[in-house]
Amino acid sequence: MLKEKGILFDVTLCVGCGACSQVCKETNKLKQTNQDFLKDHLSDNTFTVVEQYGELFTRKLCMHCNEPACASVCLVGAITKSPTGSVIYDADKCIGCRYCMQACPHHIPRYEWATTQPRIRKCNLCTDRVKAGKLTACAESCPTEATLFGDMDQLIAIAKKRLKDSPEKYYQHIYGLEEAGGGHVLVLSPVPFEQLGYISKLPKESMPEFTMRAMEKIPSVVVGGGVFLTGMYWLTKRKNQIAKDEKNNNKRN
Amino acid sequence: MNIKEILKPSFWKVVSVIIVTVGLFSTYFRFSLGLGATTNLQDSVPWGLWIGFDFIGVGLAAAGFTIAATVHIFNIHKYEPLVRPAILTAFLGYSVVVCLLLVDLGRPENFWHPLVMWNIHSVMFEITWCIICYSTVLLLEFAPVVLEKFNLKAPIKFLKIISIPIVIAGVLFSTLHQSSFGSLYLIVPGKLHQLWYSSLLPVHFFISCVAAGLSMIIFESYLIARSCTKEHGFCNTGLKMNILSGASFVVLIALIAGLLLKVYDFVSNDKLIYLTITSMETSLFYLEIIIGTIVPIYLLSYKKFREDKKWLYIISICVISGLILNRLNVSITGLVASSGINYFPSFDETSITMMLVVIAIFIFRIIAKNFAVFISDESEVHETNTSANKSRQIILSEQYD
Repeated sequence: MLKEKGILFDVTLCVGCGACSQVCKETNKLKQTNQDFLKDHLSDNTFTVVEQYGELFTRKLCMHCNEPACASVCLVGAITKSPTGSVIYDADKCIGCRYCMQACPHHIPRYEWATTQPRIRKCNLCTDRVKAGKLTACAESCPTEATLFGDMDQLIAIAKKRLKDSPEKYYQHIYGLEEAGGGHVLVLSPVPFEQLGYISKLPKESMPEFTMRAMEKIPSVVVGGGVFLTGMYWLTKRKNQIAKDEKNNNKRN
Repeated sequence: MNIKEILKPSFWKVVSVIIVTVGLFSTYFRFSLGLGATTNLQDSVPWGLWIGFDFIGVGLAAAGFTIAATVHIFNIHKYEPLVRPAILTAFLGYSVVVCLLLVDLGRPENFWHPLVMWNIHSVMFEITWCIICYSTVLLLEFAPVVLEKFNLKAPIKFLKIISIPIVIAGVLFSTLHQSSFGSLYLIVPGKLHQLWYSSLLPVHFFISCVAAGLSMIIFESYLIARSCTKEHGFCNTGLKMNILSGASFVVLIALIAGLLLKVYDFVSNDKLIYLTITSMETSLFYLEIIIGTIVPIYLLSYKKFREDKKWLYIISICVISGLILNRLNVSITGLVASSGINYFPSFDETSITMMLVVIAIFIFRIIAKNFAVFISDESEVHETNTSANKSRQIILSEQYD
């Protein structure tokens, strides 16, 4: 069985060369969307971007959550969590309700608005390459090892070690380890993460939890409601019957 | 009715024809060019007017289950005359919602997938199934009206036997999906503005739909009584104030319950601070609460307003506006701050929505004219049952006498 894989991205190592975004486009056969890769945005043709914040560079891509909001809300199960840890999408199942886009806490999924057969588009953690035993394209192309690909437990250990070994170099937090229940993309940074355009106030519990708390009440609502309504029907009918009988009795008397 | 009469132009006929024609063009463009070219939807605003309008349509169609429950479950037969209009309104409301959903789906040809591909963890899945089941319930509840027109006694008899389980199922399906429209947003705590986000969203949605659904029936009764009573097929549409006042009292209770729940929610989650921040969201929230809740509660608490048809009409408009504002706030404006995009529906989005509403009103009129939708109240039923034109009015719940 495959171990769960993921990505560790270290902002302190990134030189902003843009190799990852370029090779991502080639691997996934995506159109060029911007001459300057630093000015690009996530789109139906861009699964990962390199963003510049002052002298720092960071990457944005699907976080491949442990319990993905997008997968939990998809009514036909077009989005699933694969055994390798990636969150993948099946366009043949999709009906195009776009609830996944609404639900994603990281604002990741993009849509092919311009076509009449639109698909959800996002990073799939190079699932095919990984199954073939290769690295993701972005990790393979990274010249400085800012993007590491590997087993999740090893990546977490590396991240923790880096924070511990050079506390002066890092902001003491692994982004993506606990955010929204955690995921398979971890980020290390020298500055607080909101300064790099990450959403820092995400809850630690997984997003589907919020829905489950309401959904788990459904069976009791159905059973309780059914019993209540049947009971009320019987009671009020009987009440009307008694009232009617009394009326008739009075008439007879 | 002859052709000449149909073709005779009137203001509303001309307007309706224009709206439907334009809407058809927009529909054609929507399906031939795709969502991007015809809507203002984009990656940061994946849901727009169509989804917002679905929430409104379903909310306003809520009288279908509340009145059916009142009459058939709680056996309060005073409200019998409202049952058929409410069920017809609900059915047409749901039809509009389903059509809009099909227009909104990116891959409408896959609309049947939820029937065979299941993800029971999805609120959307639950809503889809509830809407399918409840639409079937509405069809079964309305079927006797059609059947009696053609004097088909056997199926009516059968429907009468299963009528109570059907009504109970309808109430349960409605309760589930009305509240689940609120549950849709439970998963976006970081995106939906705190003024509206609450773990109690499903309960808010349910209570507000009870109030607004009944208000919709009051509003509709008033309009029909004012404009159509003299038309053929609209006999028995004169306002029955005792019924409407009774319904308005339920609206009052639902509004107070909703307000108390809001207060509880704000106090227990320390959200009161948001009421003091000046922002577009805060003003919209105040607008929603004042128009949709506070003013109607104030007016409805006076008996004289409850029993005055003009005031009742105004109050019902307030409550309906409150629901519309609330649903749009939750589905569109409450998300603006997090998406950073000011969404406004495009021409095509608006015209398709308007077209479907016009068609629904048109079908309502046709059905009301040709079938016994508006029946007289209980006392008259007794009389008509003994008189010669007995066959016209067989009521689903005859078992009570």
